Amino acid sequence: MPTAFIPPALRKLTGDNDRITIEAHTVREAIAELEHKYPGIGARLTADGAIKPGLAVAVDGNVSSQGMLQKLQPDSELHFLPAIGGG
Amino acid sequence: MATVGKTQGQEPSTNGQYKVIGTRPIRHDGVDKVTGRARYGGDTRLAGMLPGAMLRSPHAHAKLISVDTSKAEALPGVRAVVTSADLPDATDKIANLGEGSVNLKHLSDNVLAHDRVLYRGHAIAAVAADDIHIAEEAVGLIEVEYELLPPVMNVLDAMKADAPLLHDDIKTNDLGETADQLSNIATHIRFEKGDIEAGFAAADVIVEREFHTATVHQGYIEPHNATALWNADGHITIWMSTQGTFTARQQTAELLDVPVSRVKVVPMEIGGGFGGKISVYLPPVAAILSKKTGRPVQLLMSRTDVFEATGPTSGSTIRVKMGADSKGRITAAEAWMAYEAGAYPGSPVGAGAMCVFACYDVPNGKVDGFDVVVNKPRTNAYRAPGATNAAFATETVVDEICEKLKLDPAEFRINNAAKEGVRRIDGPVFPRVGMIETVEAIRDSEHYQTPLEGKHRGRGFATGFWFNVGLKSTAQATVNSDGTVALIEGSTDIGGSRAGIAMQLAETLGIAAEDVVPTVVDTDSIGYTDVTGGSRVTFATGWAAYLAAKDIQGQLIERAAKIWDCDVAKIDYKDGAVVGPDGKRFTFKEIAAEAQTVGEPVIGRGSADPQEPGGAFGTHLVDVEVDIDTGKVTVLRYTAAQDAGTAIHPAYVEGQIQGGVVQGIGWGLNEEYYYDDKGTMRNSTYLDYRMPTSYDLPMIDTIIVEVPNPGHPYGVRGVGEVPIVPPPAALANAIYNAIGTRMLELPMSPPKLLHEILKQQ
Repeated sequence: MPTAFIPPALRKLTGDNDRITIEAHTVREAIAELEHKYPGIGARLTADGAIKPGLAVAVDGNVSSQGMLQKLQPDSELHFLPAIGGG
Repeated sequence: MATVGKTQGQEPSTNGQYKVIGTRPIRHDGVDKVTGRARYGGDTRLAGMLPGAMLRSPHAHAKLISVDTSKAEALPGVRAVVTSADLPDATDKIANLGEGSVNLKHLSDNVLAHDRVLYRGHAIAAVAADDIHIAEEAVGLIEVEYELLPPVMNVLDAMKADAPLLHDDIKTNDLGETADQLSNIATHIRFEKGDIEAGFAAADVIVEREFHTATVHQGYIEPHNATALWNADGHITIWMSTQGTFTARQQTAELLDVPVSRVKVVPMEIGGGFGGKISVYLPPVAAILSKKTGRPVQLLMSRTDVFEATGPTSGSTIRVKMGADSKGRITAAEAWMAYEAGAYPGSPVGAGAMCVFACYDVPNGKVDGFDVVVNKPRTNAYRAPGATNAAFATETVVDEICEKLKLDPAEFRINNAAKEGVRRIDGPVFPRVGMIETVEAIRDSEHYQTPLEGKHRGRGFATGFWFNVGLKSTAQATVNSDGTVALIEGSTDIGGSRAGIAMQLAETLGIAAEDVVPTVVDTDSIGYTDVTGGSRVTFATGWAAYLAAKDIQGQLIERAAKIWDCDVAKIDYKDGAVVGPDGKRFTFKEIAAEAQTVGEPVIGRGSADPQEPGGAFGTHLVDVEVDIDTGKVTVLRYTAAQDAGTAIHPAYVEGQIQGGVVQGIGWGLNEEYYYDDKGTMRNSTYLDYRMPTSYDLPMIDTIIVEVPNPGHPYGVRGVGEVPIVPPPAALANAIYNAIGTRMLELPMSPPKLLHEILKQQ
């Protein structure tokens, strides 16, 4: 199952767990599953049905432009990172 | 497999697998550039065009009590005056700009101040008039009543609990959790990995230092400009210097509250950007002046305007603590990073925090980052935003650890290097990357192998990392009947990218680079394309060109099938020719001519949103000589090795490396915004803001390392940003090696270095 890596700021919500395995095929499903298990976490990560501005989701090491629609593989890793810009 | 070009001027090996890639054709825009015929934004001339001038705040921090434009409006020759009252009300909406996002209220407020000025140079009003002298005179007639407020000019001062507040709506956000109190700290981020306490407990050597870096500017040659025509039909056309036409279009449309389809941005040639020409400053103002006057209006910034009112990159304070065992293995690393955002939130501290230990396999780590507003211009991206500040801290600490453990700096880095499978502190795992190869390239270089001799001379070593990005690009290619291809694309060309993109199309079609004619076009003429930034254009727009060429291949195969009356499955595109059964063959030129007479025009399209840009590493080596009587540092020799994935046009890879190094040297040795206690920048000209020139530096030698990016059809990695990352740290380490003075503050300018030298004595 995919693994969501929980940023330190959200670990209060997950009982200090830093990695959560989830049954999900997309980022949207993954966040819904996290919200189901740890109420409140969804609102910290999303707004208006999308990943929050200023935040990026990285799947298997690459920041995804697909956001909530990004497909996950059974061994995928999800990371929630600051959105960055280059020069 | 990695390959290494030995020295500058020699071809990096692409193992002979390409015919166009890896060669050095003359850039398609070269003649226009060297003859002065290339047209830049300031060259725009339209019938009936009016010049404009801006009123800017002389104060770093003040409330705007009133802005009276009546005398200016009454001046003969004045056609229009605008203030923030002419801008539509901006909401707190966050606009996604592809690469990054922006708070539209803050952006609008930055374009024309509403109720408070937050830095000297903050725009307050603008005038369009019959000539620039009348416009400037009218600006002087605008009466502004200010209520002065104390400026906050330093990140540490701004973080204090009793610091004057810049905004009445900023509370520290910690990944969606907002603090109760107002603060100048807009954002806190944290990364953790492993057990930091156990990591330091296992260390035999621990080094902890605090670093300070000054605000610095990108220093592009061409100042910002915009010429706008708000037509009677409601359509707005902007001619401007920008790194991203579509991003400029979106920002302008959002600020003017019109649909994006009503705005066309025409990219003029660009005299540098380096991240500083992504945000808009002038287009919305010029557009409103045009709407009011019914004529095109042009706004041009002066050099002082550019310094005082456009985004530099952050000054910062960074504390780094690192531990290593006696065998030279890093056991733990910790960083505390506070970056100045300028007047509005949005410093690159997130990227800095993700880069600070990215060169190393750190088993236990912790990083805290803070985005802090101060009374300086709103910061913007600058080549590998945030990473140079971070590398200055980390690479200096690594140098000290190497000294304490008596380890060779190259071997220490190889032993602790980021490589495929290593998990970064921020979480993701590295794919195939070339950190080790760049260190080895320097270690094995003639420069490193040659002892440095002489009094007060020293050698410094440093590495750096930048992510690079992918994002969206579009390319369209039309086959001409003479066998050439007209390529249009939306990536404004800052560093020779037209040539690099055309070469990838040429390689795919098996034709000469010179047979492709690339043109950068406006937002109505090509599909959406993200900014020229993030070292993405050769990677992503090159990918779009590759797809356009594959599209052409498919169409030419179909055309040949029609001509030869056979199944397309029996036809292949190979070595620049369409090859069919029974020895049938059309060269590209032949099939291009045939296609003109048989069937519809051949137009290839490619749109790309690639997800695997491949990170880039660079390792630098510098020799310096220090004048201990003046504190002046002379750079004697500099070599930079960088993983380019595949160097499409090696000369432009070298140019990017050299340009980044030179900017990094300026950042390291001289450049800084020098403010007085009232928050006025005292060196807002190139005479006083000291950037290095060719007189100051030796030739920057480059070594192109090629570890192909598996996420690109030709293995491309971005190259534009990472070369600015290592120089300040490499210089600091060289200065220490020369005279035993460890510099913890940028710039290491003569007075600051002399101060440290005298303290030692």
